[in-house]
Amino acid sequence: MSDHMILRVVGKFLIPYIMLFGLYVQFHGDFGPGGGFQAGVIFASAFVIHTLLFGVRATQKIAPEWVLRLVASAGVLLYAGVGVASLMLGANFLDYDVLGAYPVAGQHLGIILVEAGVGLTVASVIMLMFFTFAARGEPEGESP
Amino acid sequence: MSGLGIWNYLIIIFLMMTGLYMVISSSNLVKKLIGLNVFQTSVFFMYISFGYITGGAGPLFNENVELYSNPLPHVLILTAIVVGVATTAVGLALAIRIKESFGTIEEDDLHKMDSSL
Amino acid sequence: MLEQLIDIFLLAFLAIISIAIVRIRNVFTAVMLFGIYSLVSASLFMILDAADVAFTEAAVGAGISTILMLATLSLVGRDREKPLVKKKISFLPLVIVLVTGATLVYGIVDLPPFGAADNPVHTHVAPRYIFQSMSEIDVPNLVTAVLASYRGFDTLGEVVVIFTAGIGVLLLIGGRRRKEENADE
Repeated sequence: MSDHMILRVVGKFLIPYIMLFGLYVQFHGDFGPGGGFQAGVIFASAFVIHTLLFGVRATQKIAPEWVLRLVASAGVLLYAGVGVASLMLGANFLDYDVLGAYPVAGQHLGIILVEAGVGLTVASVIMLMFFTFAARGEPEGESP
Repeated sequence: MSGLGIWNYLIIIFLMMTGLYMVISSSNLVKKLIGLNVFQTSVFFMYISFGYITGGAGPLFNENVELYSNPLPHVLILTAIVVGVATTAVGLALAIRIKESFGTIEEDDLHKMDSSL
Repeated sequence: MLEQLIDIFLLAFLAIISIAIVRIRNVFTAVMLFGIYSLVSASLFMILDAADVAFTEAAVGAGISTILMLATLSLVGRDREKPLVKKKISFLPLVIVLVTGATLVYGIVDLPPFGAADNPVHTHVAPRYIFQSMSEIDVPNLVTAVLASYRGFDTLGEVVVIFTAGIGVLLLIGGRRRKEENADE
């Protein structure tokens, strides 16, 4: 797809807006349809478009594999860490009531943190999977 | 049961059986995975149909609404869809490894290669 | 009434597309049809009041799954030349599928009526989620409230499954190919 000027220009133009929409879905998930799962997939799809337009090596310079692995683990740890934090504060695992000054504030904080963990893990795992599939088809010798 | 309900469940069973047929009869491994996905989607439809209430609103809180669809099936299916794509990716990765090891992803050819299967 | 009409037609579309996927022998065409199938099912979820599910299905089913399958096809190569439509219908799978389908159709007779507000599924935990969550959690999107708070442990499990699947893909096809390292084999 390397010669398609129009696709490249339009795609480049679209990528930031797709990322912005992903962030909107992530943080507006409390009030409208959305949440970590959808936001992660939408955010990852921006990188998928970049890969289709510029090749997997170019995208892997922006989002190296080791960073994605770290982020994927960090998301799960953030989620489980919220549970451990509520355990430490004397409540049940993943009972957010104790996290804030009063129960509803704690619930809000807990939900935002947990959704952030979900979003990080889903986005980075989907990107990792796609990069792995795409890099497998690259010609030999160019591997990093 | 109303006509719409019967139509709904009949189509769900039809889709489920199409998926099953694809898994059993297709020789291509990627096609089998598509069949699994079709089967999976029909199960999603079944859950969402159970949660639906005629005349009810979607599960977004609103002062003026009394009747909501059941949010629980939505939650279960929402996560199941994302888990579904993750497991499909593992299946596709296995298909790629089979292609690299045996040179084909047609099940008939694989059976011919290994008579013990 | 309009909703029900759209529901009937979308279901019919889905049935037609699924038949097409079965009949088409070319895997590339089948993958593209599966993308259409996912998009139609996202519309159907929307009609059935499940906005969050529709959103996810549109992003995941029509987007990511299709592109992963296309990536796989580019790796395993197009299948050898074949007729576009399958001529022969294999007999044994058809019998199995028909018998199973008939059993399931017998099962739907006992299901509660579609869309009734007093079905068993709506009487157990759903009222608590719907009527208590505004005072307990204060998040207008009930799906998010149930997903992240009431069933948080469940969602933690799902996230771990996704993470594990990512590790599985990396282990299976990540890194360099074995052949490149010892080329003499």
